[in-house]
Amino acid sequence: MEPGNIVEFVGVQKTYDGRTVVIENLSLSVRQGEFLTLLGGSGSGKTTTLMMLAGFETPTRGHILVKGKPIEHLPPHRRGIGVVFQNYALFPHMTVAQNLAYPLRMRKRSREEIQSKVGKAIEMVRLEGMQNRRPSELSGGQQQRVALARALVFEPDLVLMDEPLGALDKTLREHMQYEIKQIHRELGVTMVYVTHDQSEALAMSDRIAIFERGAVAQIASPQELYEQPASVFVAGFIGENNILSGRSEGTDDSGRGRVLLDCGRTVRMRSADGFAEAGRPLKIAVRPEHLVVGSAARDRLNQCEGKIADTTYLGDHLRALVDIGGGQTMVVRKPLLDFARPPVIGEKILIGWNEGDGRVFA
Amino acid sequence: MTLTDRDGTETRAIRHAWDRAGKRRRATSLLLVAPLLVYVLLAFMLPIGMMLYKAVENVELLKAVPQTAAALSRWTPQDQGELPPDAVFTTFLQEVSAAPRNLVGEAARRLNYEVSGYRTLLTSTIRKLRTLPDGLAEEGAARRFLADIDKRWEEPGYWHAMKRASPAYTPYYMLAAVDLAVDDTGRIVQAPEEQRTYIDILLRTLKTAAVVTAACVLLGYPLANLMVVAPRPFSIALIIAVMLPFWTSLLARTSAWIVLLQREGLVNSLLGSLGLIREPLELIFNTTGLYIVMIHMMLPFMVLPLYSTMKGIPSHFMKASASLGAHPVRGFLNVYLPMTLPGVGAGVLLTFIVTAGYYITPSLVASARDQMIGYFIAFFANTTINWGMASALGIILLVCTVVVYFLAARTVGVRQLAGLK
Ligand SMILES: Nc1ncnc2c1ncn2[C@@H]1O[C@H](COP(=O)(O)OP(=O)(O)O)[C@@H](O)[C@H]1O
Ligand SMILES: [Mg+2]
Repeated sequence: MEPGNIVEFVGVQKTYDGRTVVIENLSLSVRQGEFLTLLGGSGSGKTTTLMMLAGFETPTRGHILVKGKPIEHLPPHRRGIGVVFQNYALFPHMTVAQNLAYPLRMRKRSREEIQSKVGKAIEMVRLEGMQNRRPSELSGGQQQRVALARALVFEPDLVLMDEPLGALDKTLREHMQYEIKQIHRELGVTMVYVTHDQSEALAMSDRIAIFERGAVAQIASPQELYEQPASVFVAGFIGENNILSGRSEGTDDSGRGRVLLDCGRTVRMRSADGFAEAGRPLKIAVRPEHLVVGSAARDRLNQCEGKIADTTYLGDHLRALVDIGGGQTMVVRKPLLDFARPPVIGEKILIGWNEGDGRVFA
Repeated sequence: MTLTDRDGTETRAIRHAWDRAGKRRRATSLLLVAPLLVYVLLAFMLPIGMMLYKAVENVELLKAVPQTAAALSRWTPQDQGELPPDAVFTTFLQEVSAAPRNLVGEAARRLNYEVSGYRTLLTSTIRKLRTLPDGLAEEGAARRFLADIDKRWEEPGYWHAMKRASPAYTPYYMLAAVDLAVDDTGRIVQAPEEQRTYIDILLRTLKTAAVVTAACVLLGYPLANLMVVAPRPFSIALIIAVMLPFWTSLLARTSAWIVLLQREGLVNSLLGSLGLIREPLELIFNTTGLYIVMIHMMLPFMVLPLYSTMKGIPSHFMKASASLGAHPVRGFLNVYLPMTLPGVGAGVLLTFIVTAGYYITPSLVASARDQMIGYFIAFFANTTINWGMASALGIILLVCTVVVYFLAARTVGVRQLAGLK
C-alpha cells in the first residue's frame, strides 16, 4: 500500500447473480485528499464500486482497504464514510436541521456540539433560515445541498457521491459543481464522485477513472486523459474525437508510422509506444480542434479531401461534418473566421493535420 | 402577470371566461357521480339518519292512547307520591278499552321497558275490561274501578312511568345504552344494578378490538416487511397467503377454525400426540378462541395498508441512515418506523373499527360472556324487535368509531391515513 492512498481496491470482483460479473478484477487506489471521479456509461459498475466501498455490497473476491486496513467485515454504519445518494435520501419526516443532526446524534455528541456543527454546516451550504423546513419544502438544488451537508457534517475523511447532480437542470448543475469543488478545496476531504457526464468529470476532478464494463480503462488527470488516452475507448469517451480505422504500412525513415486509412488515403503518424508491423489493423484518433481547413491545410503533413456533409452553427465556432470517402467522416471544429467563407453543404474542403496531432492505437 | 395588474373590466372578463370554461366540466363530473350520490344517500345516509331517529322515537303510547299521553304530558306532579288527576284515569280507561289490540300490545311492551311487570299489568287489565261501567265521570270512579282490577293502578310509580313513555321523543334508549335512566322525579340516575350491562359490553368490545388490533400490528408489521423485501416468487406466495382469507367465505373460514380448535380438533390431537398436554385445551367457544379467530380474520386489514406504505419507501433511506452511522436498529426506530406510521395508522384504524363492529364470527366462536356490542345490536334488532335499543347501541358504536378516527387523524393526519401523502 502506498502511503498517500486512503482507499485501495485489490483484485475486487463482484457478481450479483453468480453468472454475470459486474466488476472484474478491479484494482484502484484513491489518494488522500483528492477528488476522484468514476466516469463511465450506464451499467459500467460505478455505483456497484461505490456501494462496495460504502459497505452496502460485498465483493465476491478481492479486498478493499481503507487506510491500509481491510474493511469487508465492517458494517456500513461503522465505516464512517459520508455518502450522497443520487436521489438525496433526505429523511422526509425530519426538518433540515434534524437531518443534519442525525449523524451527530447517532454518534452521541453533546447538544451544544450538535447545535454548533449543524449551524456551521447550514452556513457552509448557504441554507440559513431553512433549518426548520421539511425536505419537501425545498427546491431540488436546496435538497442537494442538505444532502451534501449531511454527508459532511460528521467530518468523515472520505465522502462518496453517486451522480448527485443528475436530477438538476444544467445551470444549477454547473453552479453546484463549482460549490462542491469549493467545499472540497476548503475541507481537504477525499471525495469519490460518480458521474456519466464527461464534462462534469473534466470540470471537477483531480483524477478520473474511466470505467468500461466493470474495469478501469484508464485512471489519470483530466488533461492526461484528454491528451494521452490509453485506448480507443478512452479517446472516444472523453471529448470529441475523430477515430479512423486503417491498416499499418510500417514505419518510414524518420520513425513515423504509415497508416492506410479505409478511405484509401495513407497518412503518417507518430506513436510513442512503437508502431505495429505492416498489415496490422490500426485506429488513429485526431481531435477536431487539431484539424485545419482550407489553405492552412496545405502545409500539413497529412491532407484529406472531403465533402461537407453537415454544418452546425454554435456561436463562437462552427462544427462541420466532412465525408472523406470510404464510409468515413471527420468532424472539424473551428471559429467561423478560419473558413475562407461560410461552408456550404456539398462543397469540397481540404483538411490537414500533422504527424503529432493525433494518437495511434493498435 | 397577475389579475390585479389589469383593469377591472378585463379582470372580470377573464374570470367570466374561466367560470364558463369550468361550468361545463363541473356539470359533467357532477352528472357522472350523480348515481353514486343517490346511492350513498339512500343506502348510507338514510339508514344512519333513521337509526338516529329510531333511538329517540317514542310513538307507542301516542298511537295507542293519544289523549292519555297528551294529558300525562301536561301533568306536572309535585312529588313522586302524587297520582295524576282523575280525568287522566277516565280518559285512559275509555281509550285503552277502545284501542286496537296490537297498538295496546306495543304500548305494553314499551311500558315494560320502564317498569318490568307493566306488560302483564296492562294486558291482564285489558282482559277484564270487557264492559265499562256507567258513571265513570264521577269523582274517583275510574280510579277505583282500575284499582279493583289491580291495585297497582293506585301506585304512583306506574303513572310516572307512563308519563315518561308519553312524549313523542324519549332519551330512554340512549340513557339505557350507557346504563342510565330517568327516575320518577325526572333526574338522570344510574340504572338499577341488575340492568347495568351496556358499559361492560362497550368496554369489553373496546378491549377486544384493542387486543386484536395490537396483535395484528405485532404480527402484521414484520409480515408486511417480509412481503416487501422477500425475493420475487416468495413475496408473491406471501401476498396470496395474506389475501386468501379475503377470497374464502367468512363462514367457511370460521367453521375451519372450529374444526381445528375444538376439543377433539387437529391442534389438540397434535399437542396430545406430542405429549405436550394431558387434557385437551379449551381453544374455542371462549375468549382464547375469539382472539385466535379474530386476529386471523383481521390480519389482512392490517397487512395491506402496511404493505402499500412500506412498498413506497425506497431502500436508500435505510442505506442513508447506515451511512450516517446509525445501527440498523436505531435506523429502524428513527427512520423506517416513522415513515411507516401512516400505514400503521390506517391499519390500526381499519382493524379496530371493523373488529369493534364484528358480529358473526364472535357469535360463532366465543362464549356468551365474550360477546361484543354487535351481538347485542343484532339481538335487539332480530330477536326482541327493540329498534330503540338496537339504534341506541348502534349510535354508541358509531360514536366510538368516530372518536377512534379522530384520534388516529390527530396523531397521523387525515391525508396520510387516506394514503394521499
Ligand atoms: N442489485 C443488483 N442486482 C443485480 N444486478 C445489479 C444490481 N445492481 C446493479 N446490477 C447490475 O450491475 C451492473 C452495473 O450496475 P451499476 O453499478 O449500477 O452501474 P452504473 O452505476 O455504472 O450505471 C448493471 O448491469 C446492473 O444491471
Ligand atoms: Mg449508477
